[in-house]
Amino acid sequence: MRVMAQIAMVMNLDKCIGCHTCSVTCKQTWTNRTGVEYAWFNNVETKPGVGYPRRYEDQEQWKGGWMLDKRGRLVLRSGGRIKRLLSLFSNPDLPSIEDYYEPVTYDYDNLVSAPAQKDIPVARPRSVLTGKPTAITWGANWEDGLGGAPEHAGGDPNLSGEWAEKVKFEFEQTFLFHLPRLCEHCLNPACVSACPSGAMYKRVEDGIVLVDQDRCRGWRMCVTACPYKKVYVNHATGKAEKCTFCFPRIEAGQPTVCSETCVGRLRYLGLLLYDADRVGEAAATPDEHDLLDAQRGVFLDPHDPEVRAAARESGIPEDWLDAARRSPVYDLVMRYRVALPLHPEYRTMPMVWYVPPLSPVLDAVDAAGGNQDDPDHVFAAVTRLRIPLEYLAELFTAGDTDVVAGVLMKLTALRSYMRERTLGEDGDEAVLKAVGLTTREAEDLHRLLAVAKYQDRYVVPAAHKEDAAALTAMENRCPVETSGDTEPRKIMLGIPTLRRNTNAGGRP
Amino acid sequence: MNTARSPLAASASGADLLLWVAVPYICLAVFAVGHVWRYRQDQFGWTSRTTQLLEHRWLRWGSPLFHLGAFMVIAGHVVGLAIPDSWTEAVGITEHAYHTTAVWAGSVAGVAMVAGLGMLCARRLLTRRIRLGTDRSDKFLFPLLSATVLLGITATAAHNVFGAGYDYRSTVSVWFRGLFVLQPHPEAIAGAPLLFQLHALTAFLLFAAWPFTRLVHVWSAPIGYLARPYLVYRRRTAAVAAPTAGGRTRSASGSRRAA
Repeated sequence: MRVMAQIAMVMNLDKCIGCHTCSVTCKQTWTNRTGVEYAWFNNVETKPGVGYPRRYEDQEQWKGGWMLDKRGRLVLRSGGRIKRLLSLFSNPDLPSIEDYYEPVTYDYDNLVSAPAQKDIPVARPRSVLTGKPTAITWGANWEDGLGGAPEHAGGDPNLSGEWAEKVKFEFEQTFLFHLPRLCEHCLNPACVSACPSGAMYKRVEDGIVLVDQDRCRGWRMCVTACPYKKVYVNHATGKAEKCTFCFPRIEAGQPTVCSETCVGRLRYLGLLLYDADRVGEAAATPDEHDLLDAQRGVFLDPHDPEVRAAARESGIPEDWLDAARRSPVYDLVMRYRVALPLHPEYRTMPMVWYVPPLSPVLDAVDAAGGNQDDPDHVFAAVTRLRIPLEYLAELFTAGDTDVVAGVLMKLTALRSYMRERTLGEDGDEAVLKAVGLTTREAEDLHRLLAVAKYQDRYVVPAAHKEDAAALTAMENRCPVETSGDTEPRKIMLGIPTLRRNTNAGGRP
Repeated sequence: MNTARSPLAASASGADLLLWVAVPYICLAVFAVGHVWRYRQDQFGWTSRTTQLLEHRWLRWGSPLFHLGAFMVIAGHVVGLAIPDSWTEAVGITEHAYHTTAVWAGSVAGVAMVAGLGMLCARRLLTRRIRLGTDRSDKFLFPLLSATVLLGITATAAHNVFGAGYDYRSTVSVWFRGLFVLQPHPEAIAGAPLLFQLHALTAFLLFAAWPFTRLVHVWSAPIGYLARPYLVYRRRTAAVAAPTAGGRTRSASGSRRAA
């Protein structure tokens, strides 16, 4: 057993209102720079929808993630090592900027500098890439709130199979939910494995996957390999950039920016202990439906004395073990098992998990004339109304509807029981029993999902003082960088001293 | 073997010494020192500077053609310049056989490289997004590289494909090898046709420009990827001693090697 700790995230999708505050604050923090105007380390998608970049979930096209070869071995879908090197000159599976969208700015200056005239001056859009006026025809969440969905959402790669026909035909009774996405900081990251330079790595201490900007040589294999398309090419520096999980904040014991600013308070941060020796084996599980359990099997119980002893041996400090025991992520993923990974069939073992949304089901109950608060009606809806269930299963369980149904029933039972309790009634414990919860567990889960406070939602142990020297040294530099000049579009890559100057101040 | 005489043979004029001894050595010195400096000071700028995100239709054909053509061309130059003709004859390759092979293989490689480079230059000029992202080093590199390649293929075409044939192995190659064994023979190239001379000069300018352009990515060809483990773990603290981080040493003790 080789115990490692990872700071992981769970999002409760029922609470996401699609306000994009996470995306905007993330962008202001990390990607408001030349070269990554099009990149959103955190984005919020409307589901069903084609996503960002377009149809990124279609791995037949984009070749992201891992697959099993004929002999059952785990291989990158984009090809082996030799194929990677042969694709260096032109990567056949790289999304182009049109697959994301052409970034624009507006002629804001025109609003104040236009001469007096009869018409009100307008700020026209202008391409950031060419500086020319342009028409905005796509964006990171073009079908926001299902706008334009009849035209586009049919292109959602998750809408496959016979049941999907129903979705397209019954758009009058449609459903939607929002899916915030960031780098999954996978246990078996395909981007790291595809990087020819070895510039990408997973941190031993907290599992954060990063790009070493000094070692990245711009071979862009990571972009293809990531099935979530969460590694981006900075077209000004020619280097890969990705979500850093706000590691400077995490190291200081603070939540990521997207978590901190989440209006719906739907994000949870906490430690998961895992056995690094079992990752490869779990990722190579033959049946896609078993991948969820295989990944859960890699996680270790922080309450188990044996695990704690092994963790101490691996150098995990005592306060981290304590934080692991208090981890809300562990509770949601392992104890109550209501959180599910996004697309486990990509075999990257993602570490940002989701509590599937109940709201589309509840809407369906309403539409069918049922009572949302009656668990029988909801249970029936969960199993009978096939539309959202199969869709959710495509997203979270590699198509296994039983698992999603189980989670939704658990949430329904909890909701119904706690509603009765709140109204001063005893609460029907039979409902809880049916989904395997005790009353204490129900109260605990309810507290976690509904009323958990800041310190309950974010249990982030700070990095250790012993490492402080190293961390201070890293403060001198940014994990993602600009080219140093303030004037946009002029990137002085051949003139390295210009950039050195920004560093010189921090020289000890 | 008059070529084995003292490097400062009386036959070499001052201009010859400047062009065929001083300039090459200066360029090679800039090449060497420049690389050390760039590697220690600018790991962040050391990249292929891919623009595939912004334009991929031309790149799809242009880049593989150019790169594969360039590999063949470089291999051809290594054989033609580094290996004396006495060696190839010693293993039984006649002068005629050598030149026939060289002209054929070289033509294929040269045409591929020129076509590829042409496409890459065209997309850089015609695609506005890429033109705007072209920096000063690119504006210097692309014309210089194009000039070198075009002069080379024109020299070959004019003298060895359509012309009477010019045996550069007994002149240009002798001069080139002489530079590296510190016995320069400026007189060996002084009589070469103008196209060969210009090609040699632009090539040395290219060497001098090399460390200051995107050409440095050549030295980062990721051969090691074939052997390394798939999953890369790094310790947070290990970042202090990041192995290749040269000038970016993040040491807390304040020892910046590349200060």
